[in-house]
Amino acid sequence: MTVIKLCEAGVPVDLFSLVPVKRSHSVCAQGGINASVDTKGEGDSPQVHLEETVYGGDFLANQPPVKGMCDAAPAIVFMLDRMGVPFNRTAEGLLDFRRFGGTLFHRTAFAGATTGQQLLYALDEQVRRWESVDVEDERGEHVPGQRMVRKFEWWDFLALVNDDEGICRGIVAQDLKTMAIRAFPGEAVCLATGGCGIIFGRTTNSVINTGTAASAAYQQGACYANGEFIQVHPTAIPGTDKLRLISESARGEGGRIWVPRDPRERRSGREVPESARDYFLEEKYPGYGNLVPRDIASRELFKKCFHAERGVYNAKSGRNENEVYLDVTHLPREVLRKKLAGVLEIYKKFAGEDPYTNPMRVFPAVHYSMGGLWVDFERAASGSVVMGSPRNQATNVPGLYACGEVDYQYHGANRLGANSLLSCLWGGMVTGPAIAAYRKSLTRGAWDMPSSLFEKAERREQRKFSAILAMTGNENPYVLHDELGKAMLVDCTIERDNRTLAQVVVKIEELDERSRRVGVTDTATGVMNQGAQFLRHLCNMIVLARVIATGARARDESRGAHFKPEFAQRDDATWMRTTLALHQGAANGTPDAVRYVRAFDYSLAGERIRVTDDVDVSLVRPRTRKYEMAGAASEAAKGGLESGGLSSLGDAVQTEKGV
Amino acid sequence: MNVRMAKQRIVKLRVKRQDGPNSSAYWHDFEVLWQPQMNVIGALMEIRRRPVASGGQTVTPVVWECVCLEEVCGSCTMIINGRVQQSCSALVDHIAPDGETIVLEPMTKFPVVRDLVVDRSKMFDDLKRVKAWVQLDGSHALGAGPRQSQRTQEQAYPLSRCMTCGCCLEACPQVNAGSAFIGPAAISQVRLFNLHPSGEMHEAERLDTVMGAGGVEDCGKAQNCVEVCPKEIPLVDSIAAVGRAATKRMLFGWLLG
Repeated sequence: MTVIKLCEAGVPVDLFSLVPVKRSHSVCAQGGINASVDTKGEGDSPQVHLEETVYGGDFLANQPPVKGMCDAAPAIVFMLDRMGVPFNRTAEGLLDFRRFGGTLFHRTAFAGATTGQQLLYALDEQVRRWESVDVEDERGEHVPGQRMVRKFEWWDFLALVNDDEGICRGIVAQDLKTMAIRAFPGEAVCLATGGCGIIFGRTTNSVINTGTAASAAYQQGACYANGEFIQVHPTAIPGTDKLRLISESARGEGGRIWVPRDPRERRSGREVPESARDYFLEEKYPGYGNLVPRDIASRELFKKCFHAERGVYNAKSGRNENEVYLDVTHLPREVLRKKLAGVLEIYKKFAGEDPYTNPMRVFPAVHYSMGGLWVDFERAASGSVVMGSPRNQATNVPGLYACGEVDYQYHGANRLGANSLLSCLWGGMVTGPAIAAYRKSLTRGAWDMPSSLFEKAERREQRKFSAILAMTGNENPYVLHDELGKAMLVDCTIERDNRTLAQVVVKIEELDERSRRVGVTDTATGVMNQGAQFLRHLCNMIVLARVIATGARARDESRGAHFKPEFAQRDDATWMRTTLALHQGAANGTPDAVRYVRAFDYSLAGERIRVTDDVDVSLVRPRTRKYEMAGAASEAAKGGLESGGLSSLGDAVQTEKGV
Repeated sequence: MNVRMAKQRIVKLRVKRQDGPNSSAYWHDFEVLWQPQMNVIGALMEIRRRPVASGGQTVTPVVWECVCLEEVCGSCTMIINGRVQQSCSALVDHIAPDGETIVLEPMTKFPVVRDLVVDRSKMFDDLKRVKAWVQLDGSHALGAGPRQSQRTQEQAYPLSRCMTCGCCLEACPQVNAGSAFIGPAAISQVRLFNLHPSGEMHEAERLDTVMGAGGVEDCGKAQNCVEVCPKEIPLVDSIAAVGRAATKRMLFGWLLG
């Protein structure tokens, strides 16, 4: 989206992608994209969407950017529809919307159960169109042979090119087909490189989501914010290579979570009668039921399986497996086919069972990083953001921007389902104009820099790569990655404990040290070398793992996805603040470390800007989350809800005064 | 202990290897431990952790392409036991239920980059050629999109799930070194965008790109494409529909302008 906005502003773009753009991880987003269009006459509005998003995020997100996003959401979905995304339709030919977690409204537009794939394709097609458009000079004349977009697919991001003043002037990247390393000047750089789930080993993420680019930028001075907030999705298929997601839309369309009441139940899921089923989410959270936010659902599933040992019993293994049922078998086959086929097909193919007739067996899996590169915004008087401000989505490295899952801005401590595609789109829509404005403010551009700046950066990265190829130790990088993933997964996800977190940090230091004694598994030069590339990603993953684990260790409270039984309450007085992490490189014998700051300054477009860790909660008053009560997530939604909801809402407001 | 050892199932793989675009091919055999629900990618990942070929020789791990592992990204296409398919959804128990050797080869219709990785940029270039996009006025707020019936959406959605994986091109006898045939995937995209209410406004331009040499006429109607498509896209229907529209345009285009 950033590319499209830049092209529309007349700015040519070089687009680098680790894999062909069409194969990026967004294809895995299944359920949909949120926009309060209110086609069902329920009284939904962008204001309600804003309130529910910050409430779901447990009041850690800065509210003005969230307001900007929610206000723009209907226009974004309409634009995608104009681009040709085959959204499901109503009988009248309008966009259809379904329910998702953390709301009572039908707010999620969807294209079957492969919405992310369809959105990515539509944007990729538009970018492809810009690849065919000539650059125009100031007089509007075509510059022959120069296209608006130059695409570099199968290139890996290595480093930023920062000048002596710390301004970002371009990047160094590596062509993965030949392993050639090259520096590229750019007036500004935007990272839209996604999440870092692979740090946790097996997750719902694609194998490319190592967070390598974010980690590299962090090591070159970019601030990393709220790293400890990692979303665990409640429903994924257990697997040996990947934990494949079963979209929240399965529950949005009426799917139910249950375990057998009898912990030794031997009958298969579909044979267990209604009376013998424990619909534990519906019982505990009558207000939102199966559609409580993901952090809450995952914790309940985890408790049910780990602590209560009530997971689905497996007669063969003789134990209660870490699995619960996600059941859609009671829904009409036609509805399943039209709205969920894509995801049910995945279950059928990989679990080998027909989900149309058998309840699916699922368990939580690491899914999304709420944290990411710190990015700025400029607040408008309206409470939203100033469109076209160069500060929007700017990192603290001048000239470096970030948007999508790699930024930290929109989801606070927990992301609501179907808000990720929206935040990606919206992020791009503000980043494009922000970069265009930043570019105009520059007195000296990247092409005014001495070529030695780029040559030096190129040589530095070439040296690093040669060093990787020369590594002959006896550690296997893939085995180290397994160990990293295991440590992070077991002790740094759903339930966290300070003693085990301290051990995780020790383990990370151990892996860091062992990573220096790795033997590269492939020494080929001049051709694709995945072994050497993986080694680089592994080292960058270890750096980010340290940020995540130490951030989790430090935050002594429970908020959203971050849960410490020892500190079970949210502590707004001490912790309603952004975790700001800066990299402190190894020097004089001390190893790499994370430096946490409460504030910093950075300069942009001639302005010196003071950044603190205060959260902007000027639009929605923080209060305790109460998903037991229908409508608790939004005060503005009062009018649209029945009286039962109203009275529980009153309770929620009162409770929160006592906090 | 012996009993446990005996129970450990082995997965045998035979992999066609090629060190670079201009090198010649050779074969390596591998054995890895079986795991429940293991797919071909899981087996290749095991090789990476312990890259030892049968015979005890340590070799370079196999190079292959994969991203999502759930058959929506289109990356991991290869030829498995002679059949082109995604390696993520190729479950070991299905393709080698009795411990048969699993043979892996790169696709043959695209240049090899290394081992099982091929360069499919031709497919993306072809999407440019057929103008597989809606001619958008701009990404600014211009109100709701055109209304569409559920019927149109149900026709368009399956076509839009094409992941540019290359299976249909690999299986198509008309796609070969001596032919310019664009192949089923791009033709199906012509149909997709000509179905869209705004895309349809540029139907003629799009049809022009698949008329003449290498275009829709070159289809030999072998129908292999539909057989191998992992997303069950009705490619033969697409080719027929675009073929009809192209013929109409060829015969009457001069009248319609």
